[in-house]
Amino acid sequence: MPVTLKSIKVGDELPRREHEASNVSLFLYNAAVWNPHRIHYDDVYAREQEGYSALVIDGPLQGDWLCQAVTNWLGGDGELLSFSYSNRLAAYLGETLTSGGRIAGVDPDSGRVELDLYIENETGEVTTPGRATVVLAP
Amino acid sequence: MTLLTEEHLAWIGTSDEPVTVEVSRRDIQKYARATEQQLQEYLSGDEAPPMFVFNLFGEVCGPGDLRHDGLSRSADTHSGPRLPLNRYMAGGTELRFHRPIRPGDVLIGVRTLVEMFEKEGRSGPLIFIRRELAITTADGECVMEEIQTAIAR
Repeated sequence: MPVTLKSIKVGDELPRREHEASNVSLFLYNAAVWNPHRIHYDDVYAREQEGYSALVIDGPLQGDWLCQAVTNWLGGDGELLSFSYSNRLAAYLGETLTSGGRIAGVDPDSGRVELDLYIENETGEVTTPGRATVVLAP
Repeated sequence: MTLLTEEHLAWIGTSDEPVTVEVSRRDIQKYARATEQQLQEYLSGDEAPPMFVFNLFGEVCGPGDLRHDGLSRSADTHSGPRLPLNRYMAGGTELRFHRPIRPGDVLIGVRTLVEMFEKEGRSGPLIFIRRELAITTADGECVMEEIQTAIAR
């Protein structure tokens, strides 16, 4: 069913999705964005020299997962106008993260819909909150 | 605690040289696969996922250009001064989209230092560095605007 203003209401949840980064997925991501920061691939360096408890899952990768919560929900309908996120807590290799969100506001006149988004860790702490504005057809 | 001096703050408003990037279908496909996108237009490379722009205008460094932590030697001088803290973390991003990015696009990115401030974090002082990235075409069409926050600790 297409995502339109008629098909949604404030409080609706976006589908949740689990994300399990691996050494391989972190390697591929950091190669794709040409990011040589050692905290993402050198475990000994990350622990011993930067004080992290394991390899760090890139903040912008979590941002991408958060953005996908929106684009996958839209499924090609509507238009993403703006998107923001804030990396609040470090997330480490081995953690299962979950992305999701809810509809926070709808303006029927402009068709604009505000979304509250989150990435949370296994203990339910939000590592990365976000917001997006989309515009939907009536 | 005062880490940022007048000299540091005087850099606010300065921009890097414009960087031109040609977007290829293959680069979009690599990004889409690495981030496990689910929409076909991204996996096929017909359109770039919104977050594809992360580091798109960053330096293409080789091993000899890197500091011990793997960041570019110029990581702490891009549109700004050398800071008294120099371990970096991603802090977040704000993006405004004007049109999708597609293969063949030739994009120009200009980064400007817009804000720097200090905060006391759980494990010590932090410096927040906010840079705006304006992405346009050669004709001046606005494609995307981003404000990215980096945190130095």
